[in-house]
Amino acid sequence: MNSHVLRRTFAIAAIAAVAVVAGCGTSTDTGEAANNSAADSGSSSSAEAGDSSSSAESSSAEASSEAPADSGEKITLTVATFNDFGYTDDLLAGFTAAHPNITVVHNKAATSNDARANYFQKLGKKGLADVEAIEIDWLPEVMQYSDLLAEVPADLKSRWLDWKVQDATDKDGRLIGYGTDVGPEAICYRSDLFAAAGLPTDRADVAKLLDGDWANYFSVGQKYVDATGKAWFDSAGGTYQGMINQVAAAYEDPSSGAIVATDNADVKKIYDQILAASAKQSAHLGQWSDDWSAGMQNGAYATMLCPAWMQGVISGNAKDVTGWDIANVFPGGGGNWGGSYLTVPANGAHVEAAQELASWLTDPAQQIKAFANAGTFPSQVDALKDATLLDATNEFFNNAPVGQIFSDRAAAVTVSPFKGEHYFQVNDAMQQALTRVEDGTQSADESWNQWVSEVKAIG
Amino acid sequence: MSDTTLTPRRDAVSAARPAPPPPRRIGFANRVSRLDHKVAPYLYVSPFFLLFLVVGLFPIAYTAVISFMDWDMVRGTGTFIGFDQYAYVLAQPKFWIALRNTFSIFLLSSVPQIIIAIVIAAMLSQNLRAKTFWRMGVLVPYVIAPVAVALIFSNMFGDKYGLINTTLADLGIPAIPWHSDAFASHIAIATMVNFRWTGYNTLILLAAMQAIPGEYYEAATVDGAGRIRQFFSITLPGLKPTLIFVIVTSTIGGLQIFDEPRMYDQFGTGGANSQWLTISLYLYNIGWGEWNFGRAAALAWILFLIILAIGVINLLVTRSLVRDGTTAKARERRRSTLPPAAAATPVARQTQEKRR
Repeated sequence: MNSHVLRRTFAIAAIAAVAVVAGCGTSTDTGEAANNSAADSGSSSSAEAGDSSSSAESSSAEASSEAPADSGEKITLTVATFNDFGYTDDLLAGFTAAHPNITVVHNKAATSNDARANYFQKLGKKGLADVEAIEIDWLPEVMQYSDLLAEVPADLKSRWLDWKVQDATDKDGRLIGYGTDVGPEAICYRSDLFAAAGLPTDRADVAKLLDGDWANYFSVGQKYVDATGKAWFDSAGGTYQGMINQVAAAYEDPSSGAIVATDNADVKKIYDQILAASAKQSAHLGQWSDDWSAGMQNGAYATMLCPAWMQGVISGNAKDVTGWDIANVFPGGGGNWGGSYLTVPANGAHVEAAQELASWLTDPAQQIKAFANAGTFPSQVDALKDATLLDATNEFFNNAPVGQIFSDRAAAVTVSPFKGEHYFQVNDAMQQALTRVEDGTQSADESWNQWVSEVKAIG
Repeated sequence: MSDTTLTPRRDAVSAARPAPPPPRRIGFANRVSRLDHKVAPYLYVSPFFLLFLVVGLFPIAYTAVISFMDWDMVRGTGTFIGFDQYAYVLAQPKFWIALRNTFSIFLLSSVPQIIIAIVIAAMLSQNLRAKTFWRMGVLVPYVIAPVAVALIFSNMFGDKYGLINTTLADLGIPAIPWHSDAFASHIAIATMVNFRWTGYNTLILLAAMQAIPGEYYEAATVDGAGRIRQFFSITLPGLKPTLIFVIVTSTIGGLQIFDEPRMYDQFGTGGANSQWLTISLYLYNIGWGEWNFGRAAALAWILFLIILAIGVINLLVTRSLVRDGTTAKARERRRSTLPPAAAATPVARQTQEKRR
């Protein structure tokens, strides 16, 4: 009897010992553990996505850490991007040609969401690629951890547009992102619908017509609505985004980081202005909804804010429409929507080589090739003057000289809006507030008050 | 103290070892086979529990630790702040809206789903031509990935150009605000859930129906009971244990509903006014949208406690409904003052005895 008990305890002890060892294995990577636990209680899909991308990352990272960092030795560098940066194998082979000892492995995540989850799970720990791409939208979060990223050499700063550099520079003045592409905004419009409303249709005339501030854009819109009874722009939310990005410090105090959104007169003014206009002029189709995509095809709205990458979205959704065109103008000055950077995690195995690669990839010569491959609009000053870029036209938009137009629009951007730690929470709440008014759930005042209370609860 | 008690025992063991005489091989083999009998069953079940310990229990415990902290996910550090995260979550109007939505969607999906499943199962258990075809047919929606279901249905429930609203417009009926009215959005999401799970529940109930002895129906027919009377007096009571299983699983699934509301619009954050924000979607938004894992962990534990509470209610209801021998015994055992471990040991001993 006694020996039974002994054996049983032994067996249990052995099992426990194994478990403790296994437990230690997981606990070293605390971030992932936290992630898994939360995933366990709620979302299966996201956890799967994270896992699949992480396994790809880690295998390549191991490959790179095997080789020593000496410049003469053979090493492997990994580059992690998402969507399509235009980095083809041919383009990357150019780097290996110049550095015969370095092999470049390119890992592409399917969506930027997968890449984002992976990035923040592994930043400061193991498993990130030597060069990691990030989206401009992640910057408020990335800047909190700028110390975990290698600094971009100071002599490169003049390579990019000023505001592109400023966005990725932290409080201490360290630039941590090698700019790749930008999304300078123009106005896309339906020339056939303009003609029906008696408005000019030529893109130079339309640019002249819409040149000015937002009040002018909305007053032209009112003419269009009066003439046709149809909507002028797609949604309050999308247009608001263009307006708020022209405010240098909309939601947070750049020096203290405190949330000032609810007391900022500029925010309230834009809120009132866009909602007054949207009551009659908006198609009330939330961006990226199925209805919004369908609206490009069936003429639900006549104009929309149009960053360079929107060309593909419009031509993809409205194949049969011949009227879409682009005017070289943006109300209230310039505006940028989207764009990406390359970053080099500071704890990588080959930081110096990785910096060299990131610098090479964002060199104007390579960026022009990437533009030719994937249409990513360059953020480098010299690339914006490149003949290949300036000569680019887009057949779908009636052969509009899109290279010239967006190059001009990129030069027109003057404000680099401050986006602190809470930018996205405040902005998401604002987008929801606008949607509540647009879909008739609440009045403008009710919705504003709810937004104020939601913003007050952040922190 | 412990040393003094241990040493003699060790001596006793070492003294005992040389004692077993010559046929050492047999002794060893015997010991191995006895060990096999005793330990092997635990070894066979251990992979699951080891795996559960690593990927289940450890994360759950870790979530509890994080829920008491202001946690920085990237740096992997946090400061202990007690119950602040729980207090914050419970003070959020969004949490209560999410709770309301979760229960609303759960009721709108589970109740019709089970009723329809019973009806379909009753029809399928009749003598149909091409039985297997029909029975497999009800399972097809279950095989489709939930995200695909959500995408298809999102298209149908589009506010302006969706299939349903354009059809309604053709009939001259005003469009339904699928994405702004809370109740309409709950119905739309519940429809997706029902589409996916009704067939699955039908098959389970069908299997249970087939297990009801045919003699009952024959006797009832002789007594002159009609089809409907037979259904209510024989089929339904016979389904009770299975129904309880179905209800419990659909409760757990319903309270964790995530895929469908997440895919319901292009943002996946539960609507501009949190119209279809469910608890697990809220958790996701806090964790992966705001990277606030301390708060998300607190919410995860609150959700866990809610499910636990409902599980207990389920259990109580189950006990009062099902009255067969085994559960009655279990009830008696629970009533006795013995702690569960002590109560379990005699049973374990009995089984050992039996094996010998």
